[in-house]
Amino acid sequence: MKKDKIPNQPHEMYEGETKGLYTVNAEGQYELSRTAGWEPETIALTQALEEIDRLTQQALNKVKQGHSSALEYHMYAQRMDLPMLAVAIGKYQWQVKRHFKPANFVKLSQQQIEEYAAVLGIDAITLKTIPND
Amino acid sequence: MTEEFIHTPSAHCETGTVSNLLRSYGLEISEPMVFGLGSGMTFAYLKQIKINGLPLIAYRMPPKMIIKLLTWRISGLKFHYETFRNADKGMLALDEKLTQGNAVGLQTSVFFLPYFPQAMRFHFNAHNLVAYGKENNEYKISDPVFSHLVTTTADDLQRARFSKGALAPKGLMYYPSEVPDSIDYDLVIPKSIRFMAKMNGRWNPVPFSGIKGMRLLAKNIARFDNADQHYAQLFMGHIVRMQEEIGTGGAGFRFIYAAFLQESANLIDSSFLHERSTEMTQIGDEWRDFAVLCARLSKKRKGQEYSDAAKQLNKIADMELDFYQRLSKFKK
Repeated sequence: MKKDKIPNQPHEMYEGETKGLYTVNAEGQYELSRTAGWEPETIALTQALEEIDRLTQQALNKVKQGHSSALEYHMYAQRMDLPMLAVAIGKYQWQVKRHFKPANFVKLSQQQIEEYAAVLGIDAITLKTIPND
Repeated sequence: MTEEFIHTPSAHCETGTVSNLLRSYGLEISEPMVFGLGSGMTFAYLKQIKINGLPLIAYRMPPKMIIKLLTWRISGLKFHYETFRNADKGMLALDEKLTQGNAVGLQTSVFFLPYFPQAMRFHFNAHNLVAYGKENNEYKISDPVFSHLVTTTADDLQRARFSKGALAPKGLMYYPSEVPDSIDYDLVIPKSIRFMAKMNGRWNPVPFSGIKGMRLLAKNIARFDNADQHYAQLFMGHIVRMQEEIGTGGAGFRFIYAAFLQESANLIDSSFLHERSTEMTQIGDEWRDFAVLCARLSKKRKGQEYSDAAKQLNKIADMELDFYQRLSKFKK
């Protein structure tokens, strides 16, 4: 890419950070330039975040209706999904799924709760609750 | 050294980390050189490995592979790797190296590093950075993808180093244990180029990597007309994210490689490599056009068909095949 073609379409998501990109300058030499953002990337990132929000909201509704435990909500809220959480906690997916049932979730030991919380990067008390609107 | 760590911003975390680290240990080597001599450029489409329900698409060698190939090729260069079972021990070992005044490379998870913009913090466990000092309870970090130096608290760094899941870093810490005075470019440049070309080109036996991987992905995209549209749109956006965002993939890597070819051409005085560098730049531009198509498809803009994106990807595969075949027998 030519240096003068560098896209500079900043977006608030990037919080003012820029990204390095190798480009060709007027003398035909490669050098590292900075770009503030590029529309296709912004579109893709926005889409990914929206999908996570959608799944989080869906899980939250399920928890409120009593069909699922707070664990499922926090899993999506912390940008994970079932396969990722299962690998991270070192369990099979069906084992983690069992803890999505509210009746099983309340029976979890404090140690198990703390393990889940650590993997998700939140504290144990937060994991047991869901946000009130 | 601790105070005056020279932070050279880079396009990619792993190659940038290695380049910055080696420079601080006295070996002058640029980021594109690390990427090129480590034969880092490739393509892989791994359907079995899912990230948020979508397959892994990689544009470079798996994490740590570039360092391994680099030490394999450059005689007299050795890296010391250390992982830890116990997080506290891992932090103590890091502190010890830092008090000796040595910078170290660390593998971390982006999700637990608060200096990243919130929108960028995903569970990606193979982010590399350099720690070069500690003051009070804060670590001084040279993160190659940032334009400036950053700091992070001990708690956050510990969480990032000991995050769980796929590619879990297990506190991985590495630094060069032996550094050569110079590199025999006449020997290593042709070798690393031939290796990269063979790995991706016609004789590559792996059906989901290199040129074959691109064609496989193109075939998949062409079938999306009949697929679940929500999934197909997410998939197209995912391609762009894998290509441009996570670790500055796809096109970014093509430009790093073109920069490597240009630097090599000057070092070993080869006009052939100069031409190949220009060619790679064009291929990189085609990748960017492909990203534009994918982004439009992910938004379902009118006038865009999945077959257009598939066609563009096949065109890139043709161009890259030609490129690889020319380089697979490269001799100085």
